[in-house]
Amino acid sequence: MIRLERRPTPSRFWTVATPLLAVGLTMIAGGLMFAALGKDPVLAIRTIFFDPLFNPQFAAYSRPQLLVKAGPLILIAVGLSLGFRAGVWNIGAEGQYIMGALFAGGVGLAFFPASGWYIFPLMVLAGALGGWLWAMIPAILRTRFNTNEILVSLLLVYVAQQLLSAMAVGRMRNPEGGGFPGSRNFAQYPAASNPELIAGTGMHWGVVTAFIAVIFAYVLLQRHLIGFQIRLTGQAPRAARFAGVAPARLVIFCLGMSGLTAGLAGMFELTGPAGRISIDFNSGYGFTAIIVAFLGRLHPFGIVLAGLLMALTYIGGELAQFMLGVPSAAIQAFQGMLLFFLLAVDLLSNFRIRLARAKTT
Amino acid sequence: MTDRPTLLEIRGLTKAYPGVVANDDVSFSIREGEVHALLGENGAGKSTLVKMIYGLVRPDAGSMTLRGHDYAPPEPSSARAAGVAMVFQHFSLFEALDVAENVALGMENPPPQRQLARRIREVSQAYGLPLDPSRLVGELSAGERQRVEIIRCLLQDPKLLIMDEPTSVLTPQEVDILFRTLRQLSAEGTAILYISHKLEEIRALCDSATILRLGKVVGTCDPRAVSARELAEQMVGSSLMIPERAPANPGPVVLEIDTLNLRSANPFGTSLRDVSLQVRAGEILGIGGVAGNGQDELLAALSGEARALAQAVKLNGVGIGSLGPLDRRTLGLLTAPEERLGHAAAPDMTLTENAALTGALRQGMLKHGFLNWARARSFAEDIIARFDVRTPGPHVAARALSGGNLQKFVIGREVLQRPVALVVNQPTWGVDASAAASIRQALMDLAAGGAAVVVISQDLDELMEISDRFAALNEGRLSEPRPTAGLDVERIGLMLGGAHDMDVADPEEIAHVAE
Amino acid sequence: MDLGGINPVLLLASLMVASTPILLAALGELVVEKAGVLNLGVEGMMIVGAICGFAVAVETGSPALGFIGGAVGGAGLAVVFAVLTQVLLANQVATGLALTLFGLGFSALIGQGYIGIRPPATARIEVPLLFEIPYVGPILFRHDLMVYVSLGLVAAIWLVLRYTRTGLVLRAVGESHDAAHALGYKVVRIRILAILFGGAMAGLGGAYLSLIRVPQWTEGMTAGAGWIALALVVFASWRPWRVLLGAYLFGGIAVLQLNLQAAGSKIPVEYLSMSPYLITILVLVLISSGRSRAALNAPASLGKPFHAST
Repeated sequence: MIRLERRPTPSRFWTVATPLLAVGLTMIAGGLMFAALGKDPVLAIRTIFFDPLFNPQFAAYSRPQLLVKAGPLILIAVGLSLGFRAGVWNIGAEGQYIMGALFAGGVGLAFFPASGWYIFPLMVLAGALGGWLWAMIPAILRTRFNTNEILVSLLLVYVAQQLLSAMAVGRMRNPEGGGFPGSRNFAQYPAASNPELIAGTGMHWGVVTAFIAVIFAYVLLQRHLIGFQIRLTGQAPRAARFAGVAPARLVIFCLGMSGLTAGLAGMFELTGPAGRISIDFNSGYGFTAIIVAFLGRLHPFGIVLAGLLMALTYIGGELAQFMLGVPSAAIQAFQGMLLFFLLAVDLLSNFRIRLARAKTT
Repeated sequence: MTDRPTLLEIRGLTKAYPGVVANDDVSFSIREGEVHALLGENGAGKSTLVKMIYGLVRPDAGSMTLRGHDYAPPEPSSARAAGVAMVFQHFSLFEALDVAENVALGMENPPPQRQLARRIREVSQAYGLPLDPSRLVGELSAGERQRVEIIRCLLQDPKLLIMDEPTSVLTPQEVDILFRTLRQLSAEGTAILYISHKLEEIRALCDSATILRLGKVVGTCDPRAVSARELAEQMVGSSLMIPERAPANPGPVVLEIDTLNLRSANPFGTSLRDVSLQVRAGEILGIGGVAGNGQDELLAALSGEARALAQAVKLNGVGIGSLGPLDRRTLGLLTAPEERLGHAAAPDMTLTENAALTGALRQGMLKHGFLNWARARSFAEDIIARFDVRTPGPHVAARALSGGNLQKFVIGREVLQRPVALVVNQPTWGVDASAAASIRQALMDLAAGGAAVVVISQDLDELMEISDRFAALNEGRLSEPRPTAGLDVERIGLMLGGAHDMDVADPEEIAHVAE
Repeated sequence: MDLGGINPVLLLASLMVASTPILLAALGELVVEKAGVLNLGVEGMMIVGAICGFAVAVETGSPALGFIGGAVGGAGLAVVFAVLTQVLLANQVATGLALTLFGLGFSALIGQGYIGIRPPATARIEVPLLFEIPYVGPILFRHDLMVYVSLGLVAAIWLVLRYTRTGLVLRAVGESHDAAHALGYKVVRIRILAILFGGAMAGLGGAYLSLIRVPQWTEGMTAGAGWIALALVVFASWRPWRVLLGAYLFGGIAVLQLNLQAAGSKIPVEYLSMSPYLITILVLVLISSGRSRAALNAPASLGKPFHAST
């Protein structure tokens, strides 16, 4: 018989080791899944995790992609992690990401074809504002009307998606695009573009912002009163109120920060890698970032590693799709599995597992 | 009584949890129809023992026989089938369900709802415990809830009824009613295993007693044949330290509540109605009352977790009723709620972090919104040293501490911040005797140093021991405070029961209130 | 815009069809939440049910087997949730999200070979005599069996929760798992069974979507229906008949906006398409702001983990 015994203090060893264990288990289970699809499991895992970084044939293209994909994931996940730590569940980052892009795109297109140093910074502000405002809807509904923020933030993703389509075929459509849906390409509009900063690295302003956000979040959580209040609220809400935390203000702060970072991520993606507003502009970063946040154990530095790993599964997944014909949906399922295993082994940091024979009395 | 046959025989029961042996080779026996006391401090292993008898916990070693047959219930339903029933210390009731549904849940084969309701009425009348089967349990008082539990047991004609600290939630008058019921049951042949640490009660009610200390049986006796002091010394293992009381010399009014009305945040909570009180510097005001009569709400109104009109709460004449906890702390009004884990302290956080939880402002840990963890750590170390908190150090998580040690930490954290006024709720609940004595001493020293202290407690002995004046909470109303000196049990009982005007209290009304 | 082109009889009849998937899923979630468990993975279980039901129906040619397959698929995913949250004590919110993320990917994976196929048709039952009643007949009495099954389930769940011992124990576990445990009820076992039931119901709802409502398989076809079902349970303050009302209300909005699109409304398609989500949010706000009564009916242990420490 297996018994669970609560540890008096969470295990530090397992806190670090569980994500690694989860990755290992996911590789095994994923391998089985690929085998079931009729692919060589070892080759598939190798293609996903190893080839993008070390195979000379692909590394030149793939390595810079790592930062390109990890940037938005880390940026969004860091924002989300603040709320998740406080028990504020923003799961609509995908919608806030879209709104950030739409706001920034709107500002950029309004200035087209003017040039000026101030256009790009204005777009950054607009992007942050767009994500922030979209997150303020669930925040205000939660604090004023006690409405569940999980449902509202998620439902707003569908609304944002419809808005995106409406814009891509309507107001923001490129007048010189021959009637095809989609906006002008920001890569071809220097005053509003977010280019690769150092050639061959994939580094762009969004990646820089992501790292700034990581450091900001680390300092906030470790040293600042607000960070302490966030942790306190998540662990013991009643104790937090006793300590003097104003729950409504914290909800607004957490949702606002995560909306802001998601909006920024959308803005940098629009002006950089994506280039333009289109119907399929959003590619699920807002949802994958939830996995990244948990995989990084809601710790800013952990999120960096988790974001890089998850970016690798994206790139490796594309490679596996191209080389082995592994369907892209398999990668999505693979990522979901990773979260399952992570949640499953999480137990080890708070409980001891004892094998005990049922005793006779 | 001694000629009755043995009902339950316990031989060598042992149960160990990580780091602690809860029961070590416990043996004793209970006779048919006997009221048997199980006596011991908190943590002596009483709860674990009865959980084994009731089938909630399986012993590591040892055996039991019931009427001569082997008895090893794998789960409570088999215990109930064998005729063993239990009334819990923390009620096993469902607030959003009605009385009949609650009773049905505790029975193996409940009759249809309508028939059950009739049976509940019959049994409750027969034992003098009136109860309406259709009421929601959440709307009942603590005493009425206990009746639900008792009737749930009685409907199954138990041979052995286990009662875990049944009087801790009752007024003295309700205790009398309960004892009458228990004696009636005993006369009808039902044995009762009565768990308590209140010695006078046991001497008044029980035929025999088994005393547990640190998981071991340290004695069996006839509680009527020995003095309360002898029982106490067996239970504690040493002579008790009685706190010293410096004569009170009250100064000006420090803390004042003026006709406070406050709706409870909890749908089943008790709202405060027209509560007024004044506490002077150097004085301890004791507030008694049965659980659930507005204690949590009163603490929340003082801590700032619940806001009111500015002038409803005053500290040194300044209206603070609309301020939050941080502002009140800055002004010097500190509080310690009842629930240690999750309310007064965050279970998974270290003691250093828990020291910052209320101490950040007054202990200079905050600068431009940034926390100085070195200061928090030294404050935590200070609390640990000065209040004798037994722990490896301030890096330990709060939930790793025993109840008594965490309580010392929580009280110490507030006392060491030199409050102008301190309000504590149940400061010694679930704490062993020596830690309780040192907590009471700390509160009295604080008052002697000029602070105004309010102690909310359900332990009347404690309140009589340390407070200068006494008031009672009943259904959210606070009685007029009276000097503690000269109060007797009868009067206290009336105050707890809600008869605030003593002059009109006649015997008929006492009976009415007690119901 | 030609509003005259909207036939009210057809509109009301298709309302019942449009509502059935969310009704089924919401009823399942209601039982799960009554047992004190918050499973946010309804969307994931629904879409897995949609593809499992679709695949089984196509392979066997039997819609009935398809529905069973859908229920099994949904329950299969619910097993993962049950093990993670009840045995391994994982956070219910995070696990529910994981279920949805995994379900979306996994269903797309299975569904690769099924895109663009039509499923075997499910027979409509014309209730003798009654369906000939003008207006009422075509609206109420010419539907597939599942519509009636879903209505029957509303009544059955209501009866069980209110009048049976099973229902009482389930509510007790959701109300206070500690008290239920103290009385000797198997909290974890009861909750696991409730979770499996909820998964099967979500799977049925998904299968109804892919086999009857649409009917075909497309990736991500649930498009938030699972989340609307979750919102519906809150809207209904955990009462089965109110779930029915809510489901038909949302079904009505969905059908109406589709009809408006077809009728060539001046409002752009995208804005009509977002209306069900916006109205869901609006209703949630209205319900949760008048909170005190709804709070009394909410299971008190909802979403809290249970670990018997003794």
